[in-house]
Amino acid sequence: MSRESSYQAVMGRRAEIVQRSVGIDYERYTTGAIAFDYEGLLADTGYDLEAIRAVQGRTAVGRTPLVELENITALVRSFAAPGKGARIFVKDEAANPSGSFKDRRASLSVEEAKKRGSPGVAAATSGNFGAAVASQAAKAGLRCIIVQEAFDSQGIAQPEIAEKTRACEAYGAEVIRLSVGPELFYVFLRVLETTGYFNASLYTPFSIVGIETLGHELAEQLRERTGCFPDVVIATHAGGVDVTGTTRGLRAAGADRTTMIAASVDLSGLHMASDHDFNRKSFTTGHTGFSMPFTTWPDRTDVPRNAARPLRYMERFVTVTQGEVFYATQVLAELEGLERGPAGNTSLAAAIAIARELEQDRTVVVQETEYTGAGKHPLAQLNLAKRMGIEVVRGNPRDNVPGKKIVIPEHPSQIAVADVDLDRVRRSYLRNALDSVPEEVQLTDIDLEFLAAETRTDRTYVREHTDGLR
Amino acid sequence: MAEPLAKGTWVEIHRIVLAPGERAPQVPEDTRLVPLEMRVKGFLLEATALGEEAEIETPAGRRLRGNLVEANPAYTHGFGPPIPELSTIGGAVRRILREWGGEG
Repeated sequence: MSRESSYQAVMGRRAEIVQRSVGIDYERYTTGAIAFDYEGLLADTGYDLEAIRAVQGRTAVGRTPLVELENITALVRSFAAPGKGARIFVKDEAANPSGSFKDRRASLSVEEAKKRGSPGVAAATSGNFGAAVASQAAKAGLRCIIVQEAFDSQGIAQPEIAEKTRACEAYGAEVIRLSVGPELFYVFLRVLETTGYFNASLYTPFSIVGIETLGHELAEQLRERTGCFPDVVIATHAGGVDVTGTTRGLRAAGADRTTMIAASVDLSGLHMASDHDFNRKSFTTGHTGFSMPFTTWPDRTDVPRNAARPLRYMERFVTVTQGEVFYATQVLAELEGLERGPAGNTSLAAAIAIARELEQDRTVVVQETEYTGAGKHPLAQLNLAKRMGIEVVRGNPRDNVPGKKIVIPEHPSQIAVADVDLDRVRRSYLRNALDSVPEEVQLTDIDLEFLAAETRTDRTYVREHTDGLR
Repeated sequence: MAEPLAKGTWVEIHRIVLAPGERAPQVPEDTRLVPLEMRVKGFLLEATALGEEAEIETPAGRRLRGNLVEANPAYTHGFGPPIPELSTIGGAVRRILREWGGEG
């Protein structure tokens, strides 16, 4: 049966298409006007840590090395106050089959697709996740379609995404490359509807629980090495899955006191759906263009309930500038012999600043690396930036202006984090939560409890900050 | 008229998915002025000349139609020339470590 394929018609069938493509009846989890049973949604995946490890072990996903960055730690101590400069470690997730921790995220979706007898898997992603889904699908013998936002109206491809196109095609996937715009979702829905493929969405419970092994592993590895769980874990923050899944894994390992810090590249002022701005973002992920909207309201994805709820888990949210991340990437290569990133090194740049604040006997774990290569490299990004008329200079990173000027620090001591005001983020979240339901709807106790958990606050806080809003 | 490309050639097709007037209401002005374009690669199902409407079979086994724009399209992304603003970082941080000597 052929159905109407116009934008309006397909978007109108959105709920039905998505539900069929992920096999989850999200309505079942509704418990209040806003509230839903988050833990129930995750538990119903049916995968506990042992089961996840078994699935991931079959495709050589996970069990990546934890590397101590002794030279970078020494570099930080060279300019830190006496006695300061925590030990920095990195979880070398580039050692996963497709080169990033996204293999963990893709593994359970592909396993589910196979279990359910789907002919294939599809995902809407321009990042490492596409390569991860394509790699997992290849191993599972499933067909794969990846939908990317890849080039601007001048036909200029963002080099990092061009590399992801190549990687997906190398794994035998069909890659649909689109120009800039959120209507990518419409094209993706059409793919799901016409193929019946399983939707390897970035934001289903399968994506989240697949990451829990990462938090669990790094906690155990650090304890083996130092006798203690990490004091701080820093995750590069975009859609919230890393922060959510990693913290859940840490807690499952018993690392209750580890502080989770989310770090993003500051791209404020650039519009995510702008054709003009598309190639003026020198980062395709890990930036505030995703992390701000997703932290203040996670339910803006291809699924009705986003299983990534980062505000529940982060204790601190910081930003760094583009130039600082490129600098950190260069230092990682030249002092530690690890050529990685660049986007994944957002958390490394933050770690350099944060380790400086902490005592020397403390530990900071950078939660990921990602593979590097043609296009996916500071040289490719900075050459594109120059081509787009962006100024690239050495200087004070505080002078960085996204889309106009990239300032590479002159000295590592110039690397600093800017704290995002979490209280403001929480209030913004609450406003969005209230806006998501009709004005006449009354919040129940269950809703208040839910909103308190969502914002890591209590009912009094929620009541205080929602009263004025209706 | 161009020589048709042989059936079975690995090619790219191009299609306008949404014309400028059909863009989603929430897209910013600059994006609304341009179409949503799509490019997909696959094997040519019938001999077709560049610039003509073509049908391909994608690696996922789907049959898609569009304007035939390229035969055996190259991957052109790379690194480009070294960036002078990055070239001296390594030397500088090694010097800092040498001069600092490790106490602290």
